Amino acid sequence: MAKAGIHARFLGDAVTRRFTGNKAIMWNFIIRNIAQRLVLLVIVSFLAHSFIHLAPGEPSEVDPMNPRMKPEDIAKIRAAFHLDDPLHVQYAYWIRDLATGELKSFKDSQPVLPKIWDRFLNSLPLFILATILVWTWAFPAGIYGAVHRGGVYDRFTVFLSYALISVPGFFLSFLAILWVVGWLGVPVISIKTFGMEHAQPAYRIMDRVWHLVIPSIMSAVGGIAILSRYVRSQMLEVLGQDYVRTARAKGLQEDTVIYGHALGNALLPFVTMFGLLLPGLIGGAVIFEQIFAWPGLGRLAYEAILSRDFPIIMTLNFIAAVLTLFGTLLSDILYAVVDPRIRLN
Amino acid sequence: MKQSKSSVSPKAELDALDAEGLAPQETPWEEFLRIFTKDYQALFGFWVLVMLLLVALAGKAFTEWWVVFDPEVVRLTDKFLPPFSVPSPDSIPADRPFGGVYLMGTDELGRDVFARMFQGSFVSLSIGFVAVGISLGIGILLGGLSGFYGHVKLWFITVDTLIMRFTDAMMCFPTFFLILTAVALLPPSIYTIMIIIGLFSWMGTARFVRAEFLSIREQDFVTAAKALGIPEGRIIFRHMVPNALAPVFVSATIGVASAILTESGLSFLGFGVPPPYATWGNILSDGKGFVFDAPWLFFIPGLAIFLVVLAFNLVGEGLREALNPKLRSR
Repeated sequence: MAKAGIHARFLGDAVTRRFTGNKAIMWNFIIRNIAQRLVLLVIVSFLAHSFIHLAPGEPSEVDPMNPRMKPEDIAKIRAAFHLDDPLHVQYAYWIRDLATGELKSFKDSQPVLPKIWDRFLNSLPLFILATILVWTWAFPAGIYGAVHRGGVYDRFTVFLSYALISVPGFFLSFLAILWVVGWLGVPVISIKTFGMEHAQPAYRIMDRVWHLVIPSIMSAVGGIAILSRYVRSQMLEVLGQDYVRTARAKGLQEDTVIYGHALGNALLPFVTMFGLLLPGLIGGAVIFEQIFAWPGLGRLAYEAILSRDFPIIMTLNFIAAVLTLFGTLLSDILYAVVDPRIRLN
Repeated sequence: MKQSKSSVSPKAELDALDAEGLAPQETPWEEFLRIFTKDYQALFGFWVLVMLLLVALAGKAFTEWWVVFDPEVVRLTDKFLPPFSVPSPDSIPADRPFGGVYLMGTDELGRDVFARMFQGSFVSLSIGFVAVGISLGIGILLGGLSGFYGHVKLWFITVDTLIMRFTDAMMCFPTFFLILTAVALLPPSIYTIMIIIGLFSWMGTARFVRAEFLSIREQDFVTAAKALGIPEGRIIFRHMVPNALAPVFVSATIGVASAILTESGLSFLGFGVPPPYATWGNILSDGKGFVFDAPWLFFIPGLAIFLVVLAFNLVGEGLREALNPKLRSR
């Protein structure tokens, strides 16, 4: 406990030093970073739009065999969706509608943003729980392995992490479903059990929680395996540094050396990984939400792809990219704040 | 010796150095072998991959050139037979499998799972290799351009800014979702899948080739080569690229693994390689509906994918350890 205190105080000092000492430089750095991200945002929106529109296959061709689709109907649809305009005009329409919230789905003419928001709320518990699992399991596992390098635990976890990275996610999930349903009788499919609406609140809440457990563990497994290996190698690198040898040479307790001196420096780079893990979570959601019939963003994306619902596909890609940009911005700033060695200009 | 260096063969030069006690203890290749062969996990992965390569070539040969195992024969009398079972008496004699036994059982149409896995080994592997080839090509080209000609100005921005901002923007998108979208919108074919996986996974390669080039460009041997008046193209391809290749090998090995996983993920969602070809991914995703009735349809391809991807990952990590001087000393 005391060691954690030392560490926290060290970081706290760094933060105050950063903000009181170089306020102008700090703000300069933040503003420049935001400006760069804004430029990226424009590029990202171009890319998101052109990927979808340059690919062949159009919403008006979803049902080509339907005899009731006359050429004039198709022309009407194409006109309504602005599909006959040149690409840059379509882009302008998309941005305008997105900004005013007027953007409508091709499939059912419902506004896109509320639709995405609903599904996002469904996915949110899954994202949050999976992220918490990844970050709480990967660090202890990796650090313990690095400290006891070459031991039974280390070799076992290293091999286990390779194994978990190598197994197809849906194969593992199917095994988990078979096992959990067969042995434990826990419900796993969809977000809640159908017909539980009138049960006691306690039962309903437990039902929701049980439905959440397996999907979030399954979406976290890959992340835990990858992150714990990074943590392990980062920790090994720091433990090989001269200042750690110095700390040992002056007779400090091994615990103080590892947790007081090495750990903080080993953990610093992971501040930047907050933003980079996000696209993986969203991309992976397509498969995991499909397996567990979870009505979240991933399923929405899958349904939109099946029905060539361009506004939803583009907006989802765009939102995912914006979230990632925001995540990396946040972690860059955090990194500059906590690492006194970083040069701001 | 100093005056006539060019006429002395490298071997003689080494011998001469050896006489003075100055020769390096081992060549980089010997050092690499020493570390790699001590790493049992990587060696295991390496032999699995050698076997897989042989199996894949044999699979191509025996299912397409000389059809010993026919993956496409439908036998409605022999549906859902477990592994090692013999054909039923009322099956058509001409359709019976080679050796008279279904080594891995049959599927819902009575097709021989062994023959399908055999054919799929080549298809799955070639998807991995082609996709990685494409992504490495793009990654090395863009990374190298950005690392070597990064300072060149185009109108108002530098080449480096242009390429790296594009790379950053591509990295913001969730890769699997992009691949899925592109594969779903394009006409389904095995080539589409290979190309799309390759087109959307070059960003990591580009970034570290650039970093590698930036650091190599500043090193003395490049300055020396420039001072000798060696043309730029020769400096890049003869002097710099070989030194930047180590991390590329590592990421290529791991890239094949992730391409095979991506293909199986696409198959699971129904956008995999279309029917005439069997891949391990689509055998697995077809088999998932029969987990209870015919578990071998699910477990055989699943475990095969697992083993092969694991082998690629282990070899990749072994290469990384053996090629990275920073990790060696510990």
